This record gives sequence, C-alpha cells and structure tokens, in this order.
Amino acid sequence: MSNEIKLPIYMDYASTTPVDPRVAKKISDHLTLDGNFGNPASRSHKFGWKAEEAVEEARSHVANLVNCDPREIVWTSGATEADNLAIKGIANFYKDNGKHIITSKIEHKAVLDPCRQLERDGFEITYLEPNEGGLIAPEAVSDAIREDTILVSIMHINNELGTINDLDGIGKVARKNGIFFHVDAAQSTGKVDIDLGNLPVDLMSFSAHKTYGPKGIGALFVRRKPRVRIEAQIHGGGHERGMRSGTLPTHQIVGMGEAFKLAKEEMHSDKARIQSMHDRFYESVSKIKEIYVNGDFTNKVSNILNISFAYVEGESLIMALKDIAVSSGSACTSASLEPSYVLRALGRKDELASSSIRFSFGRFTTEEELDYTLTLINHAVERLRELSPLWEMYLDGIDIDSVEWQTH
Amino acid sequence: MAYSKKVIEKFENILNEPEKFNVGRFDPKEANIGTGMVGAPTCGDVMKLQIKCESKGNTHVIKDVKFKTYGCGSAIASSSELVDMLVGKTLEEARQIKNVEIAEALELPPIKIHCSVLAEDSIQQAIDDFEQKQ
Repeated sequence: MSNEIKLPIYMDYASTTPVDPRVAKKISDHLTLDGNFGNPASRSHKFGWKAEEAVEEARSHVANLVNCDPREIVWTSGATEADNLAIKGIANFYKDNGKHIITSKIEHKAVLDPCRQLERDGFEITYLEPNEGGLIAPEAVSDAIREDTILVSIMHINNELGTINDLDGIGKVARKNGIFFHVDAAQSTGKVDIDLGNLPVDLMSFSAHKTYGPKGIGALFVRRKPRVRIEAQIHGGGHERGMRSGTLPTHQIVGMGEAFKLAKEEMHSDKARIQSMHDRFYESVSKIKEIYVNGDFTNKVSNILNISFAYVEGESLIMALKDIAVSSGSACTSASLEPSYVLRALGRKDELASSSIRFSFGRFTTEEELDYTLTLINHAVERLRELSPLWEMYLDGIDIDSVEWQTH
Repeated sequence: MAYSKKVIEKFENILNEPEKFNVGRFDPKEANIGTGMVGAPTCGDVMKLQIKCESKGNTHVIKDVKFKTYGCGSAIASSSELVDMLVGKTLEEARQIKNVEIAEALELPPIKIHCSVLAEDSIQQAIDDFEQKQ
C-alpha cells in the first residue's frame, strides 16, 4: 500500500461500495460485440444461450453465498425492488388470509414506504419499537401477532447501526404462527454467514452494490419448500418464472454473481481485517470524552460504527470533517437539526445536543486512511467543543436539560 | 450543504485559530461584562456572546468580545461576523446592528437567515445584561 493518502477518504461503505476491479472486468466482458452481450431470453441462437449460461452461473454464486437453491433466486433491480416485490407480492397474493403486517420502526425506507403504500390500500401495519440497542426481540414480534397477520418483515443488519437481528428467533415465531417472514439483508452479504438452508426465512432481499458489485441489480430469495407465492409487481414477458418481467441485464447480473462469489471466498479474511480496524478505531475514538456508540455494541457487524459526539452539532462536525466521506445520523438539509428516525426510535435522550456519525469501512480501507481519519476526528471534536457553549456548561457541571432555553 | 465561500473560510479560520477569532469566555460576574445566550440545543444552535465594556460617564464602549457557538457552520460564522463588527462600537451603535448586515456579509442562503437573526439577538441580550448591572 502506498503511504500517500487520497482525499477525501471514503468511510461510507454501508452506503455503497466501489466495484471490485475483478467484478468490473467481469462486467465489461458482457457488454460489447466481442463480449457476451446476448439476450438471455433468446432461445434461437448461441448469443442467447451463452448469456443465459452466464446468468445461471451468477445465480448459482448468489445462491451459494446464502446456501439456497439457485431456483429460489429472482433477479431484481436492487434491494429496494426486492423489498417491494416481497412485501407487496405477499400482501397482494395472500390478502384474503388477512391484512395485517408486522415490521419495525427502524427498517430501511425500502420496507417502510411499501408498508405505507399498503396502509393506503387498506392493510394494517404494526411498527415495532426496537430496544435501546436497536434490536427487535422475537417476543415483541410474538406479542404483535394477530389472527389476520400474514407477514413479518424485519431487517437482518440495520444500515445505520450495524446491529444484527435474531433471524432464527423471529423466524421461529413466524413459522409457529404460519406467517411469512421477509428479511431485508442488503447489509449482510459478505459480512456475516447466511444459511438459508437452516434459517426459518421465507423471503430475503439482496443488493449487489453493498458487496462490491454494481448498482442497479439485486435479488429476492423466494423459498420453494415450504412454497411461498408472490404476486408479480412488474409484468411484461414473464421472465424469472413470472415473478419479475424484464430483459435480464446480463452484465449487472454477472457483476453481482462475481461479487457474491468473491464475498464467499473472502468473507473470513475480509472480516478479520475489518474487525481489527474496527477495534483499533473504537479504541482510539473511545478516548474522547462523552462519546456514545449507537446500537448494541456486542451485537453488531464490525464494518459499521455509529457514534454520537455530545455537545457538538452535526452539520458543523461534517463540515469540519470535510476530508472524510461519512454519513450523518442527522439530516441537515433543513434549518433545524433532525435526528434520523432510526436514532430517534432508540430513544436516546441527549441526541438533540449531539451529532451522530456513521463510519463504515470496507475491503479497500487502509490503515493509513484509518489513522488519518482518527487524527481529523480528534482535532475536529476538540475544536468544536472548545467553541461550544454546551460543552463549557458540561465542564462547569451544568445539566443542559435543566436550563430554560428560549426556543424560537 | 450549499455554503458560501465566505462561510466556509470563516468557519475554517475559527477552527484553526480559535483565540485569534475571539473564541473564549469572560467571567460573567464582572461588572464590565455583558453576557447574552440565545437559541436552544433542540433547535440546533446556541450562541453565547460576551462583551467587555469601558465606560466614560454614560457612554460605554465595547473593548473586547468573546463568543462560543454550538451550531452549523453558518451559525458559527454569523457569530464571528458579528464579533468583528463590535469592537470599538458604543452600546448605542451596537444596538443598531441588524441581522441583514451579517446575512449579506456572509451571503447566507434563505434557509440560514435565522443564524444571523440569532446573532442579532445575542448582542441585544448581552447589552441588556450589561445595562442591568450598571
């Protein structure tokens, strides 16, 4: 690795990852006249057959990573579409069995927004509260089940916190009650082992671009035994066994396949490296006073670390860290500070006077980048606190909650 | 974040050389100090402004200023812009400072105008505090 650091430093792998060069090579082999450009649905010539072969090989790689049958993988345009297809697909197909769905308050918008849409269509949705660590307890799911519940949709790894839900526990509750269980696993592939051969999960959404594959491609796992049926949301040719029409984008599919193949091969070495970076990062950051890790520290992936810096305002921290690409828990697009709905659901009392930042590392993060980031964080937080009247009050022993603020 | 060059420059200067840019505190109990604190943590900005005055009869002149601001880059820059305007002014003159002057100097976008309003409030409050002590 070279010692020269290219700025800004990318610390936002949970948002998207760069495409692995090996994946990029595979993609470019499936585009031009010299390459494998055919339509996989063409039955009458070799161009089609070759493309179909590539698509099926990629399907096997995806299935192989999560231990399911390749026939259980349906290509979609990404995890958002996979979530939509799973939730609306189940709701539309099984609506005569009931119109109640259970999900959680800290799901990705790709799950929450389809649920909102279903509410407008007459479904009832229960949004479970996470515990203070950001986890959904199987008991909470169990307590929310009604006679007319048809689906439980709970994410595997939370995108803002990195916390890992107990899929086995939640799935067992769903199975026992004869309810379908959908899982958004966009953040999971290549980070933790997924064994669909044993997990009581009926539908699972995947994304390529969080795992060093291209954007615009994802997949939905739809279990065959016991059989799960969904109503298609996109019609036009009956591709993907009628569940998702549209010409298959061979280049993106082989990209996802290659990315998932690499994830399978390299997950354990990637994981060990990222774990050690995470530990070093945390050890250093935890020396800063009044910082809090958001999400259950003992039950999360090591590539995501969400930290609140008390008495420092979010937008100014992002501005002071302009050489690091991170994601802020507070959406600072408006005049007032708005903490993310995920952090708000954790019920952290002091979050309005602090800013949270999600750091996420990945395959290409270097030790040098990590060190540089740490130096910048230390400097920025120290200086912004020096500038913060709230920090001054904290040092003086004044509880900022006891002050009568003149809100405006 | 669409910040003007001026806001970014000011913000970075303050962060790099806080003392040079009047970041700090005076003892609020001293008779010649006026302290104003406006805003709220829940709104995302809190400004604390302190003026140190020299009095000749009934005329009080601002000799030195310290500030601390919790808030976005525009809030921090607005405080600092105000601070730059204050030294050497009499309290009467300082009372006349309007938020528009700050907003224009920093080219604040409409969504950040409230930062300049807060800065204006902070000097009014600091003067009130000083006058109450006299």
